[in-house]
Amino acid sequence: MKKLLWLFWLLLTLILAGYFIYKMAVDSDKSTFLIGEASHGHYQIEMACTACHTDAFGGKDMLQDACMNCHGPELKEAHDTHPKKKFTDPRNADRLEILDARYCITCHTEHQQEQTHAMGLTLPEDYCFHCHRDIGEDRESHRDLPFDSCASAGCHNFHDNRALYDRFLTDNAGGLWLKEIARIAPANAAEKIALHGNPEGSVAFSEALGQHPDVAAEWLGSSHEQAGITCGGCHTGRDQQWLDKPTLDQCQGCHDDEAEGYLSGRHGMRLKQGLSPMTPMLSDLPFKESTLKVQHGCNSCHKAHVFDTQQAGMEACLDCHNDQHSLAFEKSPHGRLLSKVISGEISADSAVNCATCHMPRQLIKKNGTEVVTEIVSVEHNQNMNLRPNEKMIRSVCMQCHNLEFSIDALADPELIKNNFSGRPAKHIPSIDWALRRLED
Amino acid sequence: MKKAVLTGAIAVSVFSLSACKEPEAKGIAPKLYTDSLFAVMKADRTNYTKLVVQRLGPNGANVIKPDEHWQDLENGTLLPAQMFRAGSEAVAEMTDEFTYSLQSLWPVNKQNGPKTEVEKAGLEFIAANPGENFYGEEKLGDVTYYTAVYPDVAVSEACTKCHNAHKDSPKTDFKIGDVMGGVIIRVPL
Ligand code: HEC
Repeated sequence: MKKLLWLFWLLLTLILAGYFIYKMAVDSDKSTFLIGEASHGHYQIEMACTACHTDAFGGKDMLQDACMNCHGPELKEAHDTHPKKKFTDPRNADRLEILDARYCITCHTEHQQEQTHAMGLTLPEDYCFHCHRDIGEDRESHRDLPFDSCASAGCHNFHDNRALYDRFLTDNAGGLWLKEIARIAPANAAEKIALHGNPEGSVAFSEALGQHPDVAAEWLGSSHEQAGITCGGCHTGRDQQWLDKPTLDQCQGCHDDEAEGYLSGRHGMRLKQGLSPMTPMLSDLPFKESTLKVQHGCNSCHKAHVFDTQQAGMEACLDCHNDQHSLAFEKSPHGRLLSKVISGEISADSAVNCATCHMPRQLIKKNGTEVVTEIVSVEHNQNMNLRPNEKMIRSVCMQCHNLEFSIDALADPELIKNNFSGRPAKHIPSIDWALRRLED
Repeated sequence: MKKAVLTGAIAVSVFSLSACKEPEAKGIAPKLYTDSLFAVMKADRTNYTKLVVQRLGPNGANVIKPDEHWQDLENGTLLPAQMFRAGSEAVAEMTDEFTYSLQSLWPVNKQNGPKTEVEKAGLEFIAANPGENFYGEEKLGDVTYYTAVYPDVAVSEACTKCHNAHKDSPKTDFKIGDVMGGVIIRVPL
């Protein structure tokens, strides 16, 4: 009897071990090992374990490398106020014992849904206290402010303070809340980087035009037609065979920066990890029933052959997004600018659509060996202009509004919900305080 | 017996001779090490201030603008203190054999005020004894450090003018030649 029990135990152990070894080494579905749902920033790729856990034995430093691998460039661009290098000096040893700011995961612990706040923060929100507890002694205005209000009241961010630091506040104090409306620069990235005509190695396939008159009609007048890109420019696949459905690979050939941004943001991050494309169904955000199963790709927003950027910049978004902010757009002051375009009151490049703010056009300078090419490219990583929303102040809001209005508006959650239909309910005093300090 | 004594004597002398040839494995003394590092730092710091900031900044050709928020300016360049810190941060990425920082009893940036007992004692010593350095040991975390503190002196008008006028500076009467702060170099022992 005892022997039998032992045998049973051995069998059970072997079966279990076999199951986990199979799951670990062979099966592509690794959900058995998921120790808890990932945060809102990473849930899309939580099954691409090796995106972060690049090595089974690396520990904290390996994870840190993984964080920086994806987020390093944007932190650098944001002039990160608390980079790791500020904490490595041994004089910070006592601080690091309380809060080891050298590692992202100290504040952003993954797979801890139940204690994850906004911005993926997993610490109590008064963490600034540990190092800045005596700020009230230096700044009269800050005396008695609760420490959980530093980053939640529209005044500071832990990483990105490009629009919030004191000199920027004082330099940009005053002015009309609505300045002259900016003109949107025509995007020219593809034209500046790619050559005119089909990419090298593609077949013209011009005969296809005659076979599909409806497609030909859509293509005529498109930016592709103007740039001399014919059917084969996109429809050439491997071995120079006709490709029915071009994918990101083909688009990327000419639109590299856009593709890179797209793959880094919420729309394309699954593709970057080799997972199936994102669909609204996978998300917790409110989406339209009718498009829940639509797979995200270049063509889900940029409708094939026409490639109308106006359509991609608003209608495409509203085909899927169904939250209050999106639904309130058309009747909002920004949305109404469009009808002014239609009635001829303002020019088309003064209109605002979803992309104007969330995927804005930006000037980038490419340093070639001899020339600096100035490129107006569309930032396809929607995270770059989303959260924390103060990062939109300089790149977006201040193109048409003054700083004070921008700060106040972005700190008003109700105003964001109704898509800025009205005035900010509260005034954030940071500019006033910075000015007063300058006078003293 | 005689033979044995002789062999023994030879063995002992060979042993002691070989020991003579191999001096004790002793590295460079910490003081010499930090003094040498400081010499390089001071030279670079003075040169940046005089040859770059003074010459090309607002007091010279006015083509570059030293500014705390230099990243926001097309022609912005780092303040001398930021240049110094950029060096220290770049060093930290290459080695952990030593670290250094610039501090003061009258800091513009509160984070540059003394934090440890040795920092405080060192900064007070070099302020009270111009021209002298301070050396000490301290334990931070689990590591014991040799900590050296060297005076950072106002070498040009640029130093004193900017600090005296800065809204965050607790001291507004620095003069040329004054000790404005200290360079702190730490070597883990
Ligand atoms: C244009 C203004 C400016 C000039 C010129 C300047 N400093 Fe500073 N200095 C600053 C600022 C601002 C900081 C704080 C930088 C930081 O840590 O963010 C600082 C920091 C320092 C510190 C560290 C302690 C502190 O105050 O935060 C010392 C020491 C110091 N400077 C000495 C000097 C000396 C010596 C010179 C001349 C070689 C000099 N500074 C030139 C503005 C200036």
